Amino acid sequence: MTTTINLTLKVWRQKSHAVKGGLETYPSRHIPTDMSFLEMLDVVNEQLTLNGKDPIAFDHDCREGICGMCGAVVNGRPHGPEKGTTLCQLHMRHFSDGDTIVIEPWRSRAFPVIKDLATDRSALDQIIQAGGYVSVNTGSVPEANTIMISQETAELAMDAAACIGCGACAAACPNGSSMLFTGAKVSQLALLPQGKPEAATRAAEMVRTMDACGFGNCTNEAECEAECPKEISITHIARLNREFIKTGFLS
Amino acid sequence: MQSKKMRWTASMFWSSIGKKLLMALTGFCLCGFLITHLFGNLLLYSGKETFNAYSERLNSLGLISRFIELGLLFFAVIHVIIGAILFFQNLKARPVQYIVNKRAGGRTIGSATMPYTGFLLLTFVIFHLINFHFTDKTYATIYQIVSSTFTKPGYVTIYIAAIFITAIHIRHGFWSAFQTIGANHPKYMPVIRVISILFSIILGIGFGSIPIYMSLTG
Repeated sequence: MTTTINLTLKVWRQKSHAVKGGLETYPSRHIPTDMSFLEMLDVVNEQLTLNGKDPIAFDHDCREGICGMCGAVVNGRPHGPEKGTTLCQLHMRHFSDGDTIVIEPWRSRAFPVIKDLATDRSALDQIIQAGGYVSVNTGSVPEANTIMISQETAELAMDAAACIGCGACAAACPNGSSMLFTGAKVSQLALLPQGKPEAATRAAEMVRTMDACGFGNCTNEAECEAECPKEISITHIARLNREFIKTGFLS
Repeated sequence: MQSKKMRWTASMFWSSIGKKLLMALTGFCLCGFLITHLFGNLLLYSGKETFNAYSERLNSLGLISRFIELGLLFFAVIHVIIGAILFFQNLKARPVQYIVNKRAGGRTIGSATMPYTGFLLLTFVIFHLINFHFTDKTYATIYQIVSSTFTKPGYVTIYIAAIFITAIHIRHGFWSAFQTIGANHPKYMPVIRVISILFSIILGIGFGSIPIYMSLTG
């Protein structure tokens, strides 16, 4: 038997980046606790549409925590209160009947609001374009295992590669810095031999782009690590710092 | 080519990690100074003669101690200016604030208050230098100046509060400097974090006990 709960939502509504936004209150009734947070928003949106109102705009795609599209700040926590989950993986069973939930978009100068909870995160793409790539020869797929990589290194690189680029790190950072994102992207390539050809300028170029996008400066608050849905460690930021020292001052 | 290289390096210092590195390196130097300052001050416990002799010895170094003072001033100025720039840049990075703010467990009292404790420390250092450094020492030894200062309860309170603030600032600053220079390894980081807390406690008790001791024995 399914339990249902009744909630009060206070959602950030903003028509576009150019106009001022504000919180609007909506009731969210008879929500089965097995629903995900996004499904709950779908239900609210259906009701809003039936009432002739504009539905709440929010980003989403895979709804299984791997695409990095979803994300909103729920009661002050990016992706909600659960550890290591994206917003689509947050279930309503973590809320109680009668709760009031405040939902806000990512807040960063680099993430302008498109509409309501949807923000423009193309700044993260710009950081990737600045150096988050490797050069690969076209042609047939190279022989597997021609370059040997130890299991430990591969695992560590994979930990960094788990980053889905959702932007929760910058949303959680008290300084609005996306260092965990950039750290993960630099780390993933710095650990592997395939990433070496571009390593001479990668960290410096990506950091330069990150700064130009309007993100803040990292002051090692470690809030990003605590909020990251993929639980990426700030040791990857330390690796970025090392790579930066190498590319910026020692090259 | 040379100037291009120079410009590249200069632009690196102005980047977010460059500024962070400047904070870390100057912070390390200031931590080093605090350790020697603590050792010097603890000589107060071995009495008037030892402390005055230590002070004499420092002054007799002449140019060397002037050089070290200028170096410290230089590091402090960089630390303060870059710190202020970071503070204002970071305020600008989030033009619209969250309505609900909640911590996830990363922030500590030290990390959350760095700019504020830093500002308070700057005012304290100026106050402290006026008290003991830029004071007329023709008619009194440094020991007399210290002991007469700490007969006033107001001064004792200000100094203890300032030392408490220093300890909070260093509790974040010390481990953070290691993270910034890239020295974060799962094996060593837990130790560095513990050392950071111990270091701030030792500084707090070491410096903090002096005003109390002096006011009691004064």
